[in-house]
Amino acid sequence: MFRYIVRRILITIPLLIVGSFLVFALVQGMGDPLGEWKLQKPREPDEIALAYERIGYNDPFLERYVNWVGGFVQGDWGTTIIPGSGVKDVQDEVFHGLWTTFRLVIGAEILALLIGMAVGVIGAVRQYSIFDYTATGVAFALFSMPVFCIGLILKSAAIPFNNFLESIGMDRWITTAGPPPGGFSGSFGHQITQYIGTFLLPTLALLAIQFALYSRFQRASMLDVLGQDYVRTAQAKGLSSGRVIFRHAFRNGLIPVLTVFAVNFGSVMGGAVITETVFNWSGMGRLLIRSIYEKEVFMVLGVVMVTAVIVVIANLIADILYARLDPRIRLG
Amino acid sequence: MADHTTTTTAGGASAAAAGLDIAKPRKQWQVVLRRFFRHKAAIVGMIVFGLLVLFAVLGPMLWKYDASELNLGRYQPPSADHPFGTGQIGDDLFAKVLSGTGFSMQIALVAAVINTAVGVVLGALAGYYRSWVDSAVSRLTDLVLVIPTFLVAAVLSRSTFSTAELEQGGGSSNWLQVAIILGLTNWMITARTVRGMVLSLREKEFVEAARALGGGPGRVIFKHILPNTMDVVIVNATISMAQAVLLESALSFVGLGVKYPDTSLGLLISENQNELLVHPWLFYFPFIFIVLISLSVNFIGDGLRDAFDPRQKRVRA
Repeated sequence: MFRYIVRRILITIPLLIVGSFLVFALVQGMGDPLGEWKLQKPREPDEIALAYERIGYNDPFLERYVNWVGGFVQGDWGTTIIPGSGVKDVQDEVFHGLWTTFRLVIGAEILALLIGMAVGVIGAVRQYSIFDYTATGVAFALFSMPVFCIGLILKSAAIPFNNFLESIGMDRWITTAGPPPGGFSGSFGHQITQYIGTFLLPTLALLAIQFALYSRFQRASMLDVLGQDYVRTAQAKGLSSGRVIFRHAFRNGLIPVLTVFAVNFGSVMGGAVITETVFNWSGMGRLLIRSIYEKEVFMVLGVVMVTAVIVVIANLIADILYARLDPRIRLG
Repeated sequence: MADHTTTTTAGGASAAAAGLDIAKPRKQWQVVLRRFFRHKAAIVGMIVFGLLVLFAVLGPMLWKYDASELNLGRYQPPSADHPFGTGQIGDDLFAKVLSGTGFSMQIALVAAVINTAVGVVLGALAGYYRSWVDSAVSRLTDLVLVIPTFLVAAVLSRSTFSTAELEQGGGSSNWLQVAIILGLTNWMITARTVRGMVLSLREKEFVEAARALGGGPGRVIFKHILPNTMDVVIVNATISMAQAVLLESALSFVGLGVKYPDTSLGLLISENQNELLVHPWLFYFPFIFIVLISLSVNFIGDGLRDAFDPRQKRVRA
């Protein structure tokens, strides 16, 4: 097992190298990173030269890449490239974004998994019932909507709701500007309300999509298990249907869903780009999009590297989980 | 599956020989079609999808307004003259939705074809040759997963706009480019599924027989192995088409999708996202069409999956 984990981690190193090189080249392909900055107002030639010098833009392409790798492995991920007072440290920004995304995603993912599992199991046990048809219909409808539309519709529903609260003399409860930078303040009760008001809409938006995914997976894997011989044996020897479903079938029907969860959670951690954009959360996804637009090569690299490592770890966990839960699977 | 062209059973044959009144054995594709046509949701999906295609193909020819016509009166709510209302610049939304539906479907179709072709070829190679080919394909998969689609889209969308074009106030058509980006970044699931199937199929007796008879790798893969993965491939292709519609809209939403002079439903929604409260029709009509495309394709995919599934017993095989 230990050797397997080490090997899996080792084979991702070339992936990170090739991946970062391609990303570096792609951002380079977008053109002069200081082009915008130079157009903002007249700049002194010295100032321009200094700005290019600071980001190492005068060095050959390969040398710049190697310099970045050298810094990166030593924990120096570089800074943003636009000179001036707004220069930010890439590592700080990326980890801040990661934390924001994590807070956004964790609740929604766990809720989606639990609700999805429950709905999937019931749908499979009562296949072709009204419940099953309704759940399938809802999941299909959610699957077929663009994520940002779900977000925008939720947002548009919140405004009249807030107006209503205001009209009866309460605060505007639901916010769509992400968590306040200084954290929540006020009394404990007030903090709780603020917290829910901030998290409600993005959580619902993420929940909607992820729930559809998990419920379909759980239903399919549960149907698969329920059709197997050992379940019929358990039923035949007279066990109660509850016992058969939960002790015998559910445990095995859980395996694919948990592995999907691990993989999916990893990829969502890399940024729920659309949800973050709609609800103005400065998480990984928005950081990535903004950095791409601003040609912030080091920032893009920071986001991509952290995302890649998380995805690799999540996949590794999924595989180990699979092998743990299903003894027929051997890692090798 | 495809190598069993008929589902003749010994019992059926002997009963027929005895002159008994018994149903003729059905070909495999007939069985699949029968199951598919019993799937109500899939039939509804087919009909809706067919209507949408007609809508997108014939609509622009028949409709009195053109998508590029302006000054028809700003922000008119839906009426007999403008069934979907008009927008900020006095453009007829119905004409825009007609053209957007066409572009969205084109993009989804091209993306799904590329996805499927790349996924099938890479998956088949990985599964058939195993060893280093397999590792290479799986490293390539990892790489495509690592590089953000948004970055690729951003780089390419810049490179197609030359300064001269921007000065003339317009860009070149880029829907094909968006379709290709989506096609080249979403083949991984198909590749993985096909690889898994090929890994087990290559050990089957009929493949061994084909090789023993002197069939080269190309012939064995394309004539004997791949036809047996077609059911899964077709289902995956429909799903990836539904996804491409949604992904295109996501790209448009962050400003990296289709650009003028092309349009798409995703672009229409993104352009009108701030109108949602004041002029809701500008948001909801394109939204409904996106959902219709994606939902109908998903239903067709679901119906096909059930129809291809040999364990499905609700209809006589």
